[in-house]
Amino acid sequence: MAESHGGAKGPAAGAHTEADGGHHGGGFPPFESSNYASQLVSLAIFFVVLYVIVSKLALPKVGGAIEARQNKIDGDLAEAQKLKDQSDAALKAYESELASARSRAQAIGNESRDKANAQADAERKALEEQLAAKLAGAEKTIASTRTAAMSNVRGIAADAAGQIVQQLTGVVPDAASVNAAVDASLKG
Amino acid sequence: MKIDPIHQFNIEPLFTLGHIGNHTIAFTNSSLYMLVAVAVISILMLASGTQLVPGRLQSVAEISYEFVASTIRSTAGAEGMKFFPLIFSLFMFICVSNLVGIIPYTFTVSSHLIVTAALALLVFFTVLIYGVAKNGLKFFSIFVPHGVPGYILPLVMFIEVLSFFLRPVSHSVRLFANMLAGHIALKVFAGFVAMLGFSLGALGWVGGVLPLALTVALYALEILVAFLQAYVFAILTCIYLNDAIHPGH
Repeated sequence: MAESHGGAKGPAAGAHTEADGGHHGGGFPPFESSNYASQLVSLAIFFVVLYVIVSKLALPKVGGAIEARQNKIDGDLAEAQKLKDQSDAALKAYESELASARSRAQAIGNESRDKANAQADAERKALEEQLAAKLAGAEKTIASTRTAAMSNVRGIAADAAGQIVQQLTGVVPDAASVNAAVDASLKG
Repeated sequence: MKIDPIHQFNIEPLFTLGHIGNHTIAFTNSSLYMLVAVAVISILMLASGTQLVPGRLQSVAEISYEFVASTIRSTAGAEGMKFFPLIFSLFMFICVSNLVGIIPYTFTVSSHLIVTAALALLVFFTVLIYGVAKNGLKFFSIFVPHGVPGYILPLVMFIEVLSFFLRPVSHSVRLFANMLAGHIALKVFAGFVAMLGFSLGALGWVGGVLPLALTVALYALEILVAFLQAYVFAILTCIYLNDAIHPGH
């Protein structure tokens, strides 16, 4: 490598006073100022090229890819949320439908039970009235039968008493006194 | 077997491009590796697809993008995204050229102070020009910290101004020195292995195991340093730009 360092300083190289410490280096390449101009020119060219590539192409492309992915994720999450909301709404609708159906069924059940009860009550009442009427008729028949029987008993008793008296005494008793005696004994 | 750890930093002109004044402008091995870095970055960023589910190359491109973007947002705020192309270019250029340069027999662009100084001055003047253009004279309030008692304010201002103008120095020397020292150390340790093997025979082969292990360990460290120094350069750029964007802090 050329040892002729420090002979000529470029304008840019002269800006770095700390770099000039290389004069004592005696061939230490980083402090050889004869190379500075070449390095600075190539650095300027390549760094500007890199900057243009990075700012115009690379960052928009990679940033766009990241953003597109983020948008896709956000969109998918929103879609999933929407579907979840829909299924929640469907579930809620189903539940309310079920509840109303159940209450309707209960109402129908209550109604039909009430109707059946009322009908049963009405039938029972009618039957009871019928039975009561029959009972009353029967009681009347019994009462009339008994009255008839009782009047028959008096006649039979009077006849029997007259016969008994006739057999015992041989005298035919007076019908009025026999009747009076029978009445008295029936009463007694 | 002579070890020359400096040889790897030599600039070899490949062909002459032209002359500026009495300077010969040559396309050198340094230029070649700058071209390689630009080509690698372009292929990485442009040849990777834009698929919904990224492949490997696209993942690397997107991770680089997100990494630099989040670094800017966390240090310089959303306004710093104006400088995204610049910081991305700086980070990728330094990172790729460092990583390419760690391959044996290649050249490391950032092992030359002139290159790192040019990049640091680019950042310095971007900060200065943007800061003054955006904030006017208010930009210089970065030299006057809040809450400092009046009697030591001149001293503090002097230190602030000095540190501001020394920024490009520390910014460039940090990268340059790290790359230079790392490559020299690698070369020296790797050279020990060869030297022991050539000079001491069988004993040397056994003795070479230790420097070889060290070389391997150093190599891994240098891969980390190659990435880390690019990151440090980029994050310092963000911090300096933050001064230009928000000089009140």
